[in-house]
Order: sequence, then structure tokens, then C-alpha cells
Amino acid sequence: MAAMLELTAVEANEAIAAGDLSADEYGAAWAEAAAGDDLNAYLWRDGNGDGEAIAVEQPKIAPVAVKDIFCTEGVPTTAGSRILQGYRPAYTSTAVRRLLDAGAPILGKTNMDEFAMGSSNENSAYGPVLNPWDRGRVPGGSSGGSAAVVAGGLAPWAIGTDTGGSIRQPASLCGIVGLKPTYGAISRYGMIAFASSLDQCGPLTRDVRDAALMLSILQGKDPCDSTSVGLAQAPQLPDREDLNGLRFAVPTELARDSIEPGVREVFEATLATIERLGGEITETTLPHAEHGISAYYVIAPAEASSNLARYDGVRYGLRAETAGDLVEMYEATRAEGFGTEVKRRIMLGTYALSSGYYDAYYGQAQKVRTKIAADFSAAFAEFDFVVTPTSPSIAFGLGEKTADPLAMYLNDFFTVPMSLAGIPAISIPAGLAEPEGGGPQLPVGFQIAAPAFAEQKLLDAAYALEQAIGFDAKPGGAGG
Amino acid sequence: MAELEAVIGLEIHVQLATKTKMFCGCELSFGDEPNVHTCPICLAHPGVLPVTNEQAIRYALQIAAALECEVAPRSIFHRKNYFYPDSPKAYQISQYDIPLASNGRLGDVRIHRAHLEEDAAKMIHVGESGRIHGSGASLVDFNRGGTPLVEIVTEPDLRSAAEAAAWARLLRETVRQLGVSDVNMEEGSLRVDGNISMRPVGSEELGTKTELKNMNSFRFLERGIEAELARQRELIESGGTVSQETLHFHPGDGTLTPLRSKEEAHDYRYFPEPDLVPLAPTEEMLREARESLPELPAARAERYREQLGLADDVAALLAADPETAFFFERVNGEADDIEPRVVANWVTGELAAALRQDGEVANASDSKVEPASLAALITMVQEKKISHNSGKAVLVALLVEGGDPAAIVEREGLAQISDGGELEAIVAAAVESNPEAAEQIRAGNQKAIGAIVGAVMKETKGRADGGEVNRLIREKLGL
Repeated sequence: MAAMLELTAVEANEAIAAGDLSADEYGAAWAEAAAGDDLNAYLWRDGNGDGEAIAVEQPKIAPVAVKDIFCTEGVPTTAGSRILQGYRPAYTSTAVRRLLDAGAPILGKTNMDEFAMGSSNENSAYGPVLNPWDRGRVPGGSSGGSAAVVAGGLAPWAIGTDTGGSIRQPASLCGIVGLKPTYGAISRYGMIAFASSLDQCGPLTRDVRDAALMLSILQGKDPCDSTSVGLAQAPQLPDREDLNGLRFAVPTELARDSIEPGVREVFEATLATIERLGGEITETTLPHAEHGISAYYVIAPAEASSNLARYDGVRYGLRAETAGDLVEMYEATRAEGFGTEVKRRIMLGTYALSSGYYDAYYGQAQKVRTKIAADFSAAFAEFDFVVTPTSPSIAFGLGEKTADPLAMYLNDFFTVPMSLAGIPAISIPAGLAEPEGGGPQLPVGFQIAAPAFAEQKLLDAAYALEQAIGFDAKPGGAGG
Repeated sequence: MAELEAVIGLEIHVQLATKTKMFCGCELSFGDEPNVHTCPICLAHPGVLPVTNEQAIRYALQIAAALECEVAPRSIFHRKNYFYPDSPKAYQISQYDIPLASNGRLGDVRIHRAHLEEDAAKMIHVGESGRIHGSGASLVDFNRGGTPLVEIVTEPDLRSAAEAAAWARLLRETVRQLGVSDVNMEEGSLRVDGNISMRPVGSEELGTKTELKNMNSFRFLERGIEAELARQRELIESGGTVSQETLHFHPGDGTLTPLRSKEEAHDYRYFPEPDLVPLAPTEEMLREARESLPELPAARAERYREQLGLADDVAALLAADPETAFFFERVNGEADDIEPRVVANWVTGELAAALRQDGEVANASDSKVEPASLAALITMVQEKKISHNSGKAVLVALLVEGGDPAAIVEREGLAQISDGGELEAIVAAAVESNPEAAEQIRAGNQKAIGAIVGAVMKETKGRADGGEVNRLIREKLGL
């Protein structure tokens, strides 16, 4: 049985299609593996007795772990928040619907930072997820549960959401592949909103080919999401082996000294691998990219302050017991239901949109966003890809950064600009680095960004690089 | 103190009569059991997204065309954020700095803007008053939540309560004839709020305005505005100043009370709705909106004046209601030799009166009177084949039974007495039996002739031509 769990999703699907593997047995093996979750990675599992998963008539492909931000009819959906404790949606999100239609059973719903706000998974109302490489460390966030189940052998593949790096950063910290597609490639319908103009669904997988397959299942224009456009063509499984003639740009602004030495070392080794494969490395400039974090932390909280206003205790979810009037009930419900980081962002966002401050904050941040998108357009006129480390650091210790929100926000320094520009970016594991102060070696991610809707080209290049890097380390340290 | 003048602008919410809601597929209805037309989208469940109703856009473009507005090539939806149970998302999707339509005109009133938005859910305050004050609990009916609305804002071009009510009626007729709304004020598919201020005559500046709400009929609109104008006038004339506030009109006793200031202190934190793309009507949609416009009351009245030579008031009266106008035009088309002015007088005068009296149907089109029959009837009167009074009697009969007026005239024996000898004999008898009146007429009292005419008409059952009777009486008296 252990052997079948070693297969990638693409391999398992091919074996099922060829009749060499029973989808039911394979699914049961994964359900058993998921039941052994000791990372606090699942908030709900199919078969744990709390609601039944939406039935797939005949499983055809590998089961999927789904971030608990996707609505699943009849199955608890919390977005990692206390305010949605016990909430069971009346409908199923388009992304999950597409998985079910493709014959993928839902293995479980994964833990996450509350409403996708966080970079360490410590903002979940249901406790932090542990990093399978080192249980004293965070898996990254906000899709920390989805990254941990794939890295920790609790699911063959998973989906998550990325608003400013929430797929790529945990993928990096857990040593797996994470892809944020072009904004609009995948429907957002049924995906609980954090920041609507940035949120995008994407795969967290063991390798690039699994990511390509998952993207081909998820992508497409959805009549329920006016902002969805889909891709011109469903991605094909990549098989390119070289990078001949491809031009890779390293932005000087995103190569600052706050990068950990171990991360820098892996990044530079990967640049050398690109050159060995025939790719060309050039330094370039994205003059406005360094303002990405500032703009992001105005725009995202502003949209969040509005998106989260519906959680008022009236129609669903938590309602605080109070003797007071309606306004007191609203206040008590939201005070009890939301965690500290969510409250912080609601306040930031409310302030940024307030009369008299709008132009200075929200208006200004949108201008910066436009400039950053223009920077990328200019770079893509000359280069095929922009590359950076995915995260300035390897997985950090639980509790290490919770006292300093700004330090936590800087984890997204390399991933936020692509989100603001709406372009696709992938993180692939590129090597290991020694943590400061010892302990097992930890994975380092490498980020490649491409022009909007150039997913196929991005996956082809990522695949060639992945094959050349040959990353085959697995979590195996303490308790693993 | 200088003479004061009223400055009034109106804000009108028109519920569009689409099949489904503005941003979801729920059916629109009025009067159904509460909360049966709801779904995760209009209840603002987590994760849902709005999708704009294309029919609502087409209807709004028709309104924009009828109001001669400029249509923005790309208008933007905004979120208007506020916490209240009638707004499940805690924001309303509306339009803010770039509305769908602006700079229009209807009649003498300029249109500032017209934009698309969604209606709030309906709050029902439990308790005797039905209002929030003094109510122990409130219920929410989400059937209405998400109904497409067009909000129309006028420039402050109205100068009296009566003018405001008359213009609001014109707007209602205009929108009704587009077929895009039920425009029923009592059911709330047409809601009119007033922005009211006063200023010295001749001043160009605007005074501080108050906003007047809850006037759910044209009569209440007029009364509410009158009451508020009176209040402001008294305040200003006694040396006070008007403060900006929202007032609630109570139709029962005609009083006005301010709404709680808390509800006005909102900072709505508008920002562009990221879940929707800009609204960019295609050339085809714009053309379709223009071409779908029926002839609207203002244009129709002008045509009646210019081409048919009708008087202003008759033209306006006929043009206001499309069914009456259509009926009039059909009668006019059948009555080749009769002047349109005469036909118009029959339709707005005799026919309207007969319909009112009959009470069976509200409109000539729904009655048993065929346009050709009315045309034939008017022709008979004009040609003096029957008297005017007999004409009215035939019209009443037509309303009841329909059919051919000539047959009714025949059956009832209403044909005008055309035999000169017969009428002469009746006149002679009438003069003889009214010697006093005859004496007075001879003495120069022309009014006294009425008594003798009356006697003739009684004898002939109205079948005599009044002019001829007059002539014969005078002849008989040697005048």
C-alpha cells in the first residue's frame, strides 16, 4: 500500500485509467493516511463522522485535500474562523465542483490562517498547523494545511488560495510546488472572499506535472464569476527538458539583504542551473515592486473590511449571546468570532476607505498597483520570466514572529508584487538550507513569474528546472 | 424680507420589472410569503459573487434614452458599506462617481443622473405603529432584497409642490410606457423622495435642504412637500435657519418627524466593487434602447398640437395615457370628414364622462365601444342626423351593448325630426301652451326662450335640432 502512496497524482491517475490501480483502493489508502493527521492539518476529513462529503459517483482520479475556504455543501466550512464554527454551506464552490466533475473525491478540508490572513497558519482559530519537516516550525500560510498535507504524506495533492503569497510561500516552506495562476484563470465562486481583486485559487502539489493537471481541471470561465476568464487552452502536461533561448530576469529590488544566507545560496545555485540548461540570466529593475507590501496592506484590508462585514450573527455562523440590542449583538458576535489579525485588518481597511482618507490610502495604493503592473509589463517586453526566492526565509519557529506583524508581513515581500499585477507565479522546491541554531535541513523555494495567461510557458520552464534540480528530499526528521 | 421661493429636486427609485433579481437568479415577486425568493447570493452567504442582470441593464438604458441622458461608455459599480439587517452583505452594490447615465431632461426638468443599484430587503417592525420606534422586534423579508433599481436624481428645477407632483406623474407615465416597471407607488415599485429648500426669489444660491421620505402616493407627495415648505417658510420668516436632516412624512396626520441622526451620520466608505467588471454597453444595446422607445407622452402631446391642431390641455390629456391616445387615433382615423379637434373633445369629454359613470371599465380600449362606431356616431351628430343629446344617449347604450350606433338610433327612434311640417306643428303647440314665456320673449328677454325649447325637446324626446327649434320659435313669434 505504501507504494501506491508514492505515486504522483498524474502517475496514479494514469494507473487508474489503465486499470492497473483501483480508484477505490487508492482512495481508501489515502483516507487512512489522512486519518493519521498529527500535524493539525485537517479541520474536517471525509469519514470523520461530521457531515458527508459530496459524493463522487465513480472516483476516477486522485482524491484532493481542499483548503477550508472553499464552500462545500453540507460539509463544515470555517475559513479557519470561529465566526463560522459549525457553518455548513448550502452550495458548493465552482473549484470543488470541477474537481468532483473530474472524478476526484474530496479527502478533507485543510486548516488555514483565519480568512486567509497570515503567513504562518498561526492565525487559525483551530490551532496552528505543524511543519512536517520540523514540528516546532510553521508550515507557512495562509494555505498551510494544504501545503502540510501534501508535504507530510496526508494527501496526494491539494488546492489552496493565494492573495499575496498564500499558496507559494507555504509551498516553499514545505518543500512542494505551489502555483498561483493568472487572476481570473479559475472561478472564485464559492471561495470565501478575503481580498476580491487579489484572491486566486491554485494547486499545491508534489511536482510541476501534478500542478499542470490540477490547473487544467480547475481553470475556465464561470458564469457565476464575472471576473473569471479562464485560459485560452487547458494546460498540457509539460515535458520540456531545456531552457534554451529563454530569458530570466532577476529584479535588483527584490534581491535585498534581508534574505537569509541559506536561501540566497539555493537561489544562486538555481540561477546557475538555469544557465546550465541554456537559459539566460539578466538583472533588471522593477522600480515600484518594493512598494508592493505597502500597497498590498492597504488594498487587501480595505476589501477585507467590506467582505467580512456580512459576518454579523444574523443569518449563519456564530451569534453571541447578549441582552442588548442589534448593534450590541453585532459587536459582541464580531468581537468573539474574529481573531486578532482579522480585527487588525478590518480596522486598517475601514480606516483606509474612510471619508477624507480614501485618496491618501486606497486611491494611492491603487496607483502603486498600476505602476507595479506596468513594471512587469516592461520587464516582460524584454524577458520571458522574472525570478526571485519565494520567501526571504525558510520555515521559522512557531511563535517566532507572532508578536511582530510587520516582520510577518515581510514574508510576502517576493510574492505580493505578482498578486498585485495579477500575473501567474510558481514556487518549486530548489534545495535545502540549514536553519540558524541547528535542526533538520529545511526546504527553500524558487519563484518564477510569467506574463498573464502564459501558464503553459511557465509550467514548461518550471518542469525543465525541476527535473534538473532533482529535489527529492522528504520530511523525515523528528517524529516524521 | 424678500419673497421666498421653493426649490425642489426629486430622487426617484424605480424597481425594474425584470424576471429575476439584479445579481442572482431569484424570481421577483410582490406579495408572496416572506423569504421564499432567496438564495445564497441574495442572502450573502460566504463565498458568493454577484452577476449583473443583463435585462436590468437594457431596461436602465431604455430609461436613460427616454430621459435623453448621456450614457457612460464604462460605468462602475461601487460598494456602499453600512450595517443594517436589510442589507445582508452589509453593503449595497450601487453606482457612485461614474453612473450609467447623466445630463438628461424630461419636460422642463433636468435629470442630474440615473444609475443602477439593488434594492434592500424589507424590514417589518412588529408592533402597532409598524415603525421602528416603539417596536419590540423586527423581521426581515429578503424577497425584495436584490431587486434591480434605477435611481433617478433631478436637478432642483421644481418650484412648487403641485409642480413636483405633476412632474412625478409625467415620469411615472413615461416609465410605465417603456414597460420596464410596474411603477406602483403603494407597492413601492416607484418611490419618490424630495430634496427641499427655500431661497429668496432671484437668488441663484441653494438654501439648506431637507430630504423628505415616505410619500407613497402622488397626493401624499404633494401634501408632504407642501407641509415641509410651510415649515421651512415659517422657520425662515421667524428668523431661524433650516438644518440639513431627513424627514419622515406621516400620511395619517400630515406631520413630519426627523429620522434619527444616527442613520445619517454614515460614512459609506464607497469603493469600486471588485467582484464586477465595468458596465460597458455595446453599440447594439444602445441602439436597441433608442429604437425600443415608444412615443412618450411629451412627444405625443407635441404631435397632437402641431399636426392635429389640438389645444394644449386636450393634447396633454390625451397623450398622458397611451391607451386613450391609441383609441383616439383609431377613432380619428375612421372619421375622415370630422376635425380631429371634435373627435378629441368627444374622447376626452363625452366618452370619458360616460366611462366614469358606467364604471365597468377604466379605459375605452377595454369597452364595447369600437373606434369605428364612435366615429360613425360623431359623424351622425356633426351631420345633424341626430341631436347632440341623442348622441350622448347612444354612447351610453354603446358602452353597455356595443354594436352599430345607427341601429341604436333606429331602434330608439332617436333620428332627428327632419320633416319640417311635423316640427313646425310641435313648435306652434309649445308656443301656445307657454303664453307667458312668449310674451317675455317679445318684450326682449331672450332667456325666456328656454322654456319653449324645453317643451319642444320634451315632446320630441330630444330628437329635434336645437338650432332649428330656436329658429322656428322666433319665426312663429314674428321676430
